[in-house]
Amino acid sequence: MGKRVALTGNEAIAFAMRQIDPDVVAAYPITPQTDIVQYFSSFVADGEVKTEFVTVESEHSAMSATLGASAAGCRAMTATSSNGLALMWEVVYITASFRLPVVMPVVNRALSAPINIHCDHSDSMGARDSGWIQLYSENAQEAYDNVIQALRIAEHADVRLPVMVCSDGFIISHSMQNLELLEDEKVKAFIGEYKSDYYLLDVDNPLTMGALDLYDFYFEHKRQQAEAMVNAKRVILDVGKEFGLLSGREYGFFEKYRLDDAEIALVVMGSTAGTAKAAVNQLREQGIRAGLLKLRVFRPFPHEELKATLSGLKAVAVMDRAESFSTLGGPLFTELRSALYGEPGAPPVVDHIYGLGGRDIGVEDIIWIYEDLQGIAEKGTLRAPVNYLGVRE
Amino acid sequence: MANLKELSARPRRLTSGHRLCAGCGAPIVVQQALMAVDDPVVVGCATGCLEVATTIYPYTAWRCSWIHNAFENTAATVSGIEAAYRSLKKQGKIDQEIKFIAFGGDGGTYDIGFQSLSGAMERGHNMVYICYDNGAYMNTGIQRSSATPKGAATTTSPAGRVIPGKPAHRKDLTGIMAAHKIPYVAQVSPSHWNDLVAKVKKAVEVEGPAFINALAPCPRGWRYDPAETVKLARLAVDTCYWPLFEVEEGKWRLTYRPGEKKPLEDFLKPQGRFKHLFTEEQNRPILEELQAYVDKGWEELLKRCED
Repeated sequence: MGKRVALTGNEAIAFAMRQIDPDVVAAYPITPQTDIVQYFSSFVADGEVKTEFVTVESEHSAMSATLGASAAGCRAMTATSSNGLALMWEVVYITASFRLPVVMPVVNRALSAPINIHCDHSDSMGARDSGWIQLYSENAQEAYDNVIQALRIAEHADVRLPVMVCSDGFIISHSMQNLELLEDEKVKAFIGEYKSDYYLLDVDNPLTMGALDLYDFYFEHKRQQAEAMVNAKRVILDVGKEFGLLSGREYGFFEKYRLDDAEIALVVMGSTAGTAKAAVNQLREQGIRAGLLKLRVFRPFPHEELKATLSGLKAVAVMDRAESFSTLGGPLFTELRSALYGEPGAPPVVDHIYGLGGRDIGVEDIIWIYEDLQGIAEKGTLRAPVNYLGVRE
Repeated sequence: MANLKELSARPRRLTSGHRLCAGCGAPIVVQQALMAVDDPVVVGCATGCLEVATTIYPYTAWRCSWIHNAFENTAATVSGIEAAYRSLKKQGKIDQEIKFIAFGGDGGTYDIGFQSLSGAMERGHNMVYICYDNGAYMNTGIQRSSATPKGAATTTSPAGRVIPGKPAHRKDLTGIMAAHKIPYVAQVSPSHWNDLVAKVKKAVEVEGPAFINALAPCPRGWRYDPAETVKLARLAVDTCYWPLFEVEEGKWRLTYRPGEKKPLEDFLKPQGRFKHLFTEEQNRPILEELQAYVDKGWEELLKRCED
């Protein structure tokens, strides 16, 4: 049995990093990720890890040095938030395209401007097409579990893609929560030793990485990257099952909460799922058949599984904690609706963009969404496909 | 110190067959630099001429481990590789002695990669950063950088009717790197191969970071006959435009003193990028200013080296 403790999300993530004991961590502080870097620094200073910690001068260099360490043949990690992720952008894409199994906790925070330190998903959603796998967490336990699983997913020979483990800034990162930690030896055995097939420090077998790649090969390399993302689906499920045997907490693409007999459902990511579960419970007491789908894996997008799960419902609401400025709704909404497109009997889907810049979301807000959804289910039509929840117009 | 015959017999890490221009100074600098290193090396390259022309997939001209990440981050990338090496060595997973060298052009070093370079040097990674300074963004077609000398015509500082070439002087990057108080900083030119090889040897052997600024004439950007590359590099040294010196543990030392300090015009005149300074009478004051600038820099350097 693991140990039950009370930790903040950032402490839990830093603790997972201590257990993973990466060869190299290169990181730069930014609110609300800062604690992770601070806690990890103490582990380094106290000799609790063998990690070489590179205290870089920017997030761009954090990602660059992490890429270098991973290309050198090491297990390498970093962590960031918001504008830090935005500054990394160029190298975020390069890391994925190099097929380097870097794992990066992203503590979600709104992007500037205006500058704002609180939670929304605009940072990681901006990076959704960068070629990284993205896992979202509901609480500190999931953030901890996801970081450990991310290593196995990223390093799998059929995948070799980097993974972002997203957790909500302040809501998860700074609030104390009960969770269960695995024993160090169990984590070590679960993640195993990392061995790269091709790496720079193998100087007897020289390797050129990052060559100029023109119209005669670039396309094939991108196709391989797309295939790796397809492969990741199977690996995510396998790793989630194996983690279940280890910890008693099995993970898939999403969690279904009172969804099997539901008529109307909400699709949500991150900490808001916890609030939504409370709303579902209240509605169920009133006899309303409300359900919830908490999406854990946004990249690869599990479109087939979502379609199979949501097709029989009368109406579905999506909660997007990011605006995409497409005028067609948030990123989760557009992708989900695209997944359902053409499916006979697909339910109407409505989008609620919410919580931008850390705007609080309560059980009553979510109950309102379900009540609105009941109306949509009855009529079979939408008043407006995209709504802004709780905003002053 | 090996002689030229011995050096040239060493296996080449950058092979022939790369697609850099005839007369390009960069591969001469790279060849000479890598000849100075006995241990295996991992090389990082910033985006630029050297990178694009030596690694067109599926070909590579590099016989050593080599990586290109992006334009502005080769120092950070190599610092990550060097950290990986220290980590694996500490864990007993690797026992080979390996050296780490980053190459960047002046655009990737003076300008866009400046922060990454400064950070890597401050952190103390055991690596050598070599800038091949050809004084403009040559890879994208000769745009001015902060290494472009005043008055030079580039495609973004053309010799116009109103503005006669680049208005500002060069950034003194070698001096700035010396101000980082790292163990070793030097300035080299491919015309003085023995000086270059000796300095790179020192740089890789020193414990901690080292920075070397290498002049790399560019026939396309400087507008001269490609056969004249080494001659021009020598003129840069003999006119004291590009003095050869080193800063070892804070001690400045001149490593070559021209027998006769030649007038700067000897270096400028063969280059098409300065043509307008000679053909247009109203530009004469710029030539005078450039000579005064070089003289002042030389006097300051001599003073530093005497102290």
